[in-house]
Amino acid sequence: MSSTVLPARGRPMLRHVKHVLRSNRMTTLAFGLFVMFVVLALVGPSLVPYDPLASSSAQSLQPPSGAHWFGTDNVGRDVFSRVVVATRLDMLISVSAVALSFVLGSAIGSLAGYYGGWLDRISGRLIDTIMAFPLFVLAMGIVAALGNTVINVVYATAIINLPFYARLARTEVMVRRNAGFVLAARLSGNRGLRILATQIFPNTLPPMMVQISLNLGWAILNAAGLSFIGLGVRPPTAEWGIMVAEGANYIVSGEWWLAIFPGVALMLAVFTFNLLGDGMRDLVDPQRRT
Amino acid sequence: MAKPRAKLILIGHRLVQAVPTLIGIIIVTFLLTRALPGDPAVYFAGPTADAATIAQVRHQFGFDRSLPVQFWVYCKQLSTGDLGQSLSTGQSVAQELLARLPASLELTLTALLAAIGIAVPLGILAATRPDSWVDHLCRFVVTAGVSLPTFFTGLALIYVFYYQLGWSPAPMGRLDIQFISPPGITGFYVIDSLLAGDFETFRAAVGQLILPAATLALFTLAPIARMTRAAMLQTLAGEFVRTARAAGLSRGRVLMSYAFANALMPVVTTLGMVFSFMLGANVLVEKVFAWPGIGSFAIDALVASDYASVQGFVLTMAVLFVLLNLLVDIVYTLIDPRVGLAA
Repeated sequence: MSSTVLPARGRPMLRHVKHVLRSNRMTTLAFGLFVMFVVLALVGPSLVPYDPLASSSAQSLQPPSGAHWFGTDNVGRDVFSRVVVATRLDMLISVSAVALSFVLGSAIGSLAGYYGGWLDRISGRLIDTIMAFPLFVLAMGIVAALGNTVINVVYATAIINLPFYARLARTEVMVRRNAGFVLAARLSGNRGLRILATQIFPNTLPPMMVQISLNLGWAILNAAGLSFIGLGVRPPTAEWGIMVAEGANYIVSGEWWLAIFPGVALMLAVFTFNLLGDGMRDLVDPQRRT
Repeated sequence: MAKPRAKLILIGHRLVQAVPTLIGIIIVTFLLTRALPGDPAVYFAGPTADAATIAQVRHQFGFDRSLPVQFWVYCKQLSTGDLGQSLSTGQSVAQELLARLPASLELTLTALLAAIGIAVPLGILAATRPDSWVDHLCRFVVTAGVSLPTFFTGLALIYVFYYQLGWSPAPMGRLDIQFISPPGITGFYVIDSLLAGDFETFRAAVGQLILPAATLALFTLAPIARMTRAAMLQTLAGEFVRTARAAGLSRGRVLMSYAFANALMPVVTTLGMVFSFMLGANVLVEKVFAWPGIGSFAIDALVASDYASVQGFVLTMAVLFVLLNLLVDIVYTLIDPRVGLAA
């Protein structure tokens, strides 16, 4: 069986991407959705028909209609506008959290994997301790301790995702520590950190990218979960988690549109990143297809 | 002959291995309380406390002394089961948590059993019939399960089964107010009402439990089904399965005692991660269904800035997680046919 190695750069890579996109319709769909979310996050606030914070008591609790596509909430705000505007905040929280845990986690993991010894033991112990908690519960505790703000939700989400990156980076660096190209770099006079940064680390990036994509969905879920229970984002800010929480009280009386639309947006975002992660895994590691 | 002893020794090892984890958990929860910006004594005493109360709290927790001394005080308090005073209720945090723990356990364990009961057969069927409708169903459930926010699933179920169909009771806690809670023997309303022979209450308690448990189970199902399917596919492709088939063993026998027995190992190991997700999701489900467990208690405490309660909750959940993992490890040791063969 000839395993498809990721082509280095240029045209073959492009052709490979096209092939994967064409052979898997779901990945194409996920890619389209991803582009949509990025566009909404960038220009969403200037596209929406209504001010997401403008309330009007005359318009409260109206079901979806031509004027208000997703209906209006209990104080008459347009749910569609709020769902669209919320994209930016939700993406910002999860992307910055994942970026933080990627940078810190891969630094810790790479160093531990390359040097081993006490560094490896201490970082391993640290990561095991984080993993000893149910992660969402740990995030609750961290936000409670640091203070109930959005930036602390980002930190908490970053900390609970750190172990995944650190462990992955450690394994990926370890298997390459004594590879031929590393020995060659060492023989030509390069020092440890330089080899790690320029020779080994770039090679760990493909699996890390898959991890990032799969992780983003989970980070969005976590952040939305935290704001659902009242941590981080405060009303009247538009954010999917808090919108579902606000709409929850109206579900039992039949006003479903308050909670369902932001919930669907959230679900779609998570779904997109999960599918994208699966698609990227197909690109990076064709043998592990499920 | 040596087999049971070897297993006992291994179980002992696992128990010993849990000790450093527990120490790590205690250190982290200790550090979390000390990470409060500003004066922790002010936070622990609450917003209404006067200077004298704050000074008393500061002395009681040892906030005026060095960190190692504070840690010592914290450990001493823990060893007597003292988690501090809850600001919102005035009771001790340990009591509050203990009173609510059965509700959370009832919900979590029901959901876990339901999830395993559905996910494992689903995974096996999907693996034995690739690309059939069962396989597609399995894939759909797995994808939906990991993408759906638990609080959203819960609300959707409430809308359909309470508001639209009227099949389920109002999503307000463990039991409708017209019923008296059954005598507390196990703390699980479903079991207690049966023990008391009160079938009315039993039916009411089950009715309240179904939706939250289904919500949690749907979320827990996904990773288990995915792992079962993957592990079964792998073992079914193994040579020993081919041999067993060639020897003319029945289909069921090959599937269950050859393939499944071996596929069980990776499934059991993923349970650790499943518990982590589940205990977190449990908090959200409790909030959606107004379930009076420790998750709801923690959310109320968070809103009221009741720090001692939040820390007690984090510690309880972490210990619960360690215990569940320990249980899985022990079960793993007991069912693993390879363990003890070398001894």
